[in-house]
Amino acid sequence: MDTLQQSRIKPLFDFPINLRSLIDEIPLGIIILDMDRRIMLLNRSFESLTGFSQNEAAGVPCYHILRSKMCIKGCPALNMKQESKPVCMESDLINRDRNLIPVRVNLALLKDPDHKAVGFLETVEDMRPIKELDAQKSHAYSFAHLIGRSPQMEKIFQILPVFAQSDSSVLITGETGTGKDLAAEAIHQASNRAKRPFVKVNCGALPETLLESELFGHRKGAFTGAVENKPGRFRLAHNGTLYLTEIGDLPLSLQVKLLTFLDDQMVYPLGGTTGFQANVRVIAATHRNLEQMVQTGRFREDLLFRLNVVRIHLPPLRERRGDVRLLLDYFLNSLNSRFRKNIKGFSNKTLDILKGYPYPGNVRELRNISEYAVNVCQEEKIQPHHLPAYIVEMKPMIEAQVLPPIQTGLNEYTLPETEQTWGAMERKLIMDALVKTGGRRSKTAELLGWGRSTLWRKMKQYGINQ
Amino acid sequence: MPEKILIPLYGNDVAPRFDLSTEVLLTVRDKNVSDGEEKIVVLSQASAEKLCHLILTEEVDVVICSGIEEEYYQYLTWKKVQVIDSVIGSWESVLKRFYEGTLQAGDILFDEKD
Repeated sequence: MDTLQQSRIKPLFDFPINLRSLIDEIPLGIIILDMDRRIMLLNRSFESLTGFSQNEAAGVPCYHILRSKMCIKGCPALNMKQESKPVCMESDLINRDRNLIPVRVNLALLKDPDHKAVGFLETVEDMRPIKELDAQKSHAYSFAHLIGRSPQMEKIFQILPVFAQSDSSVLITGETGTGKDLAAEAIHQASNRAKRPFVKVNCGALPETLLESELFGHRKGAFTGAVENKPGRFRLAHNGTLYLTEIGDLPLSLQVKLLTFLDDQMVYPLGGTTGFQANVRVIAATHRNLEQMVQTGRFREDLLFRLNVVRIHLPPLRERRGDVRLLLDYFLNSLNSRFRKNIKGFSNKTLDILKGYPYPGNVRELRNISEYAVNVCQEEKIQPHHLPAYIVEMKPMIEAQVLPPIQTGLNEYTLPETEQTWGAMERKLIMDALVKTGGRRSKTAELLGWGRSTLWRKMKQYGINQ
Repeated sequence: MPEKILIPLYGNDVAPRFDLSTEVLLTVRDKNVSDGEEKIVVLSQASAEKLCHLILTEEVDVVICSGIEEEYYQYLTWKKVQVIDSVIGSWESVLKRFYEGTLQAGDILFDEKD
């Protein structure tokens, strides 16, 4: 070690300088190893990165100090020959503070004047700042949780913050799975009401009588069972935002009441004589064609005019095919960290299939497909056989194939008769795995990449009894 | 009261990484018995979660390891497993030092000759 530390660089300077003090000034972790990969010398940056000092690390094999994945999985120094070129690898290390740090490692042979290898020079670069930049970059094509880089989506990202600043009613339209809920929440979060409540009501989920009481509240004794006063969602959303999803399913009688509210901002609970002045911004969403509903008399025209102050239409995924790849990568990244997997990407064949699929369920369906594939995949890349069978079996979408317009909805677009639902697919997957493992549940769970309890729950859900 | 100790291995040394170890040494230290029984368990794959699971199912009292992520360190500590981390050296010398009662986190038991 002493000889190396005493090394002098004569031709450059009038007087010899210490090697350690020279490499200390380089803002990159540097270690010098002997041919047995023992640490001879390291610089200050390396000390601060790993937490090991020169005195502690001297003479210790580098894999004990660097503690990098590449040290364990296959140290490149082991395969280096006299004529080998420097190697650059991305890996990670765990430092003394127990932090897992992504790093880029460069390894080169050190040679004496006779070109004989005498050791190794290793540089270790902290990749955290670069990874953070990457993470920021990946959010570049987004607004809140909406992702996209197609011109249609970019237009929406530009206009959403503008709409958010006003108190006007908003009507969001778009097919199922296009992100209407996310858009509504994004508007609320970007508005001055962000710190106030965001109350969501699904107009299609409750029967008419219950919905009225749910929205506007009731007084004690208003009807049988009304044992106490109920404030109602409008009142709960006071000073905040009320999000009415599936507004197309709102019964006509309640449409009148909503119309009254939009006019005078007063909420009259059932059975009450006095009203409550609610300061609520209304955002409504639907996948139905409200204009068509107005024509058939199922939706009030005057309510449509009042809701339609600001209108946002979220395009279906098939109209922004350029976003498919971006969304696939986004979901793969987030699912990788959620399921603690390390899937690198999609094979070219898989990508072709996924890009050609029409996605009648839009982004939600794409996310579900990604989740299925990440769960099933045990390889580095997602292959076609990791995708749900109904996608692989489906013929690629051709330009001439016209899907039903958005408002006619998903109901008219049917998938192939066989294995058409996600549930059926999953059930089949479990059955196949059970057959493969001879009915052993723990093996089956392992094969599927699930926990035992997940498998048990899903078996119960699909009524699979052993 | 016997004490169960687990050391992730890399050859004869304490493994540099807890999460990448595929072999572990399990030993029971009983003060009434001079030599504890040692057994080496080979894991099907390297995984910090599986190793934590093994530690809990085997009711290990002490884990001696080198690099371990904070998340797993805190989890094991929370599960009342003593973790002595950042220990570098051969498992024999580490275990000897532990039995002597002088092993501490961050100890480097490497000589130039090792």
